[in-house]
Amino acid sequence: MAAVLPSYVRRSLAEPEPPPAAGQGSFAPTRARLRGRPASVVLTVISAVIIALVVWPAIRFLLIDAVWDGTSRADCLRETVGREVGACWPFIKAKLPQLMYGFYPESERWRVDLTYALGVALLVPLLLPRAPYKGLNAIAFFGVFPVAGFFLLAGGVPGLPPVETRLWGGLLITLVISFTGIIFSLPLGIMLTLGRRSGLPIVRALSVAFIEIWRGVPLITVLFFATYMLPFFLPVSWKIDGLLRVLIGVVLFAGAYMAEVVRGGLQAIPRGQFEGAMALGLGYWRMMGLVVLPQALRLVIPGIVNSFISLFKDTSLVLIVAIFDLLGQLRAAFSDPAWATPSTLFTGFAFAGIIYFLANFGMSRYALSMERRLRPRETRSPD
Amino acid sequence: MKPAPALAPDSAPPPVALRNNPKFRALAWQLGLLALVLWFGWQFALNARANMQAQQITGGFGFLASTAGFGVNQSLISYSESDSYGRVFLVGLLNTLLVAVIGIVLATIIGFLIGIARLSSNWLLARLAGGYVELTRNLPLLFQILFWYLAVLGTLPGPRQSISVWGVIYLNNRGLLLPAPVAGSGAGYAAAAFAFGAAASIALRYWAAQRQMRTGRAVPVLWSSVALIVVLPVVVLWVTGFPIGIETPELRGFNFVGGIRLLPEFVALLLALSLYTAAFIAEIVRAGILAVPRGQSEAAAALGLRRGLTLRLIILPQALRVIVPPLTSQYLNLTKNSSLAIAVGYPDLFAVFAGTVLNQTGQAIEIIGMTMAVYLSLSLFTSGLMNWYNARIGAARG
Repeated sequence: MAAVLPSYVRRSLAEPEPPPAAGQGSFAPTRARLRGRPASVVLTVISAVIIALVVWPAIRFLLIDAVWDGTSRADCLRETVGREVGACWPFIKAKLPQLMYGFYPESERWRVDLTYALGVALLVPLLLPRAPYKGLNAIAFFGVFPVAGFFLLAGGVPGLPPVETRLWGGLLITLVISFTGIIFSLPLGIMLTLGRRSGLPIVRALSVAFIEIWRGVPLITVLFFATYMLPFFLPVSWKIDGLLRVLIGVVLFAGAYMAEVVRGGLQAIPRGQFEGAMALGLGYWRMMGLVVLPQALRLVIPGIVNSFISLFKDTSLVLIVAIFDLLGQLRAAFSDPAWATPSTLFTGFAFAGIIYFLANFGMSRYALSMERRLRPRETRSPD
Repeated sequence: MKPAPALAPDSAPPPVALRNNPKFRALAWQLGLLALVLWFGWQFALNARANMQAQQITGGFGFLASTAGFGVNQSLISYSESDSYGRVFLVGLLNTLLVAVIGIVLATIIGFLIGIARLSSNWLLARLAGGYVELTRNLPLLFQILFWYLAVLGTLPGPRQSISVWGVIYLNNRGLLLPAPVAGSGAGYAAAAFAFGAAASIALRYWAAQRQMRTGRAVPVLWSSVALIVVLPVVVLWVTGFPIGIETPELRGFNFVGGIRLLPEFVALLLALSLYTAAFIAEIVRAGILAVPRGQSEAAAALGLRRGLTLRLIILPQALRVIVPPLTSQYLNLTKNSSLAIAVGYPDLFAVFAGTVLNQTGQAIEIIGMTMAVYLSLSLFTSGLMNWYNARIGAARG
């Protein structure tokens, strides 16, 4: 990479050039932004053409040519409508319950909605930096909500008839897997990272091995491991639920990645904090729990949100082990001959794509804004 | 406050109870943990034996020698249904490497272009590149693979109504057909001329750099390199009477013959993998270029270097130090993500081995273990390479 630098030095002064004419006057910046060099004009034209070729057909397909009302595939056929047909929204309307809840019994769907509402009510104040009672809120979200959510969704307690997990599906499965993954991988990741940075050689070796093994293999092998290989390692009499197996795989996988995220935060804590805690006579666990981790975890909030985004996207892989999340239900809906029209596939992908995009884009913007918020804290000089 | 008791200068430290001795505690904790891990391992082994007995599965790797009995629709080495499971493993591994290598090349090219476009002073171009990155990064990879496979390639017309590009490239629902080069006798001379041209232009470049160091005068090497690498082989081809033919795909009856046929599964997987990874590479490239202080390009401009030279001689060498480590991890991600081939049925290692062979034999422990070991060794190899690179760069920085 051009490590050889020219040793030549010019020996005479270069002739001074007149100031550029275009760089003067009060409109110079505006002119430069709009026009620029000739090459820039070409780039502008090319970009404009690409945008026109992609954006305009997309708008036409999604809105202008789209069919909004209807009850069957006939309403989305060109012969019936008598014009070019864009998106077939009645298809989404008909399949919406499946895409959202899978085969969760219709009379019990309020339980899913209630779980969502509970989750949102606890999560939003946790994410807003100004909301009070962060500690209580965190305990409620990470400790109480998973238990409450489990009983609400799975049932089996008086008043709530049990609903088998193989009936769950669609967006419900996507959210259940990604939330469980994050909530359980956080403590696992913290333990692994503490192990990796500990001074005890055996603990360190075991943690490093665990982290590198799960990070070194694709998620789909982990899901296969959990679905087909794990049952071999458990007592013959144990029958584990299919969803639970997948969850175990996801937590192991996400935990290894979370360990690396938390490690980044731990490394950003100045040595003086550790030394100060030790000087106060705190033991290892109290030093970590009371002084180091609270600071480190605050720093890694953006990293945790980014892990959640990855997990939210990766959850779609469970369709390969026959658990039907949003994408899996969409694929199942495509094979319904009652809705086979030329635009069904594009409509379905557009719908799921919008959901995934809005969720992930929103979360990544949140992570970015948190990162900006946290930055001054890191660089503030100790006073 | 009590006055501190006076210490005798050479009294021994007070004895510490064994359970408070830090060394003993550390040892006890670790041995306890090790014992726990070993106990779990032992239990797993016992359970595995019991489970396999219950399902009447014979363990071990003997199955690798038995006949596979199923076909694979793409293979780089000769393969037939009567070959062994071991051969299937090899076929799958090669298919994984094929899609990974081509994907890495494509993703790097697209990623660098998009990353540089995002930093362009052209407002519209920068926005367009930004939109591409946000869109591709925020949609799941599996979603994109299925989109290309089902919605784009799956709705293409049949062979008779193929989309044709200048009558040499055809695209239809059975795949992408490309012209194939066919080497006749005497093609070796052209290949030798090409190799010679490449070697000579490297030597020329080296000589030019040396000369510039001595005299300060730059020797343009671009055109002479083009002459050596392109013109020379063409002249040799002309002298030997064009022994290299090009076989274009032709429609005969209901299907095409000749040329190279890329499976739609392969095309969809390759497109999705390279477009998805390119978005991440673009962000890495952008961050790398931004990490080079502004003063560097200003100083280069002050020295009179043109924009292209500034990028090539000043910015990129410094940016690459930041870019290369995360870039390798993206390459690794692409390789690992190629295992999603199973969703569309491209016969990669995971699909044929952990998919079909596992289904036929039921030997989950051996098969998933082997598959994980392959990906794991790829990862460890790459991170080893990366550590070596970082050490070298660190040394170069002084």
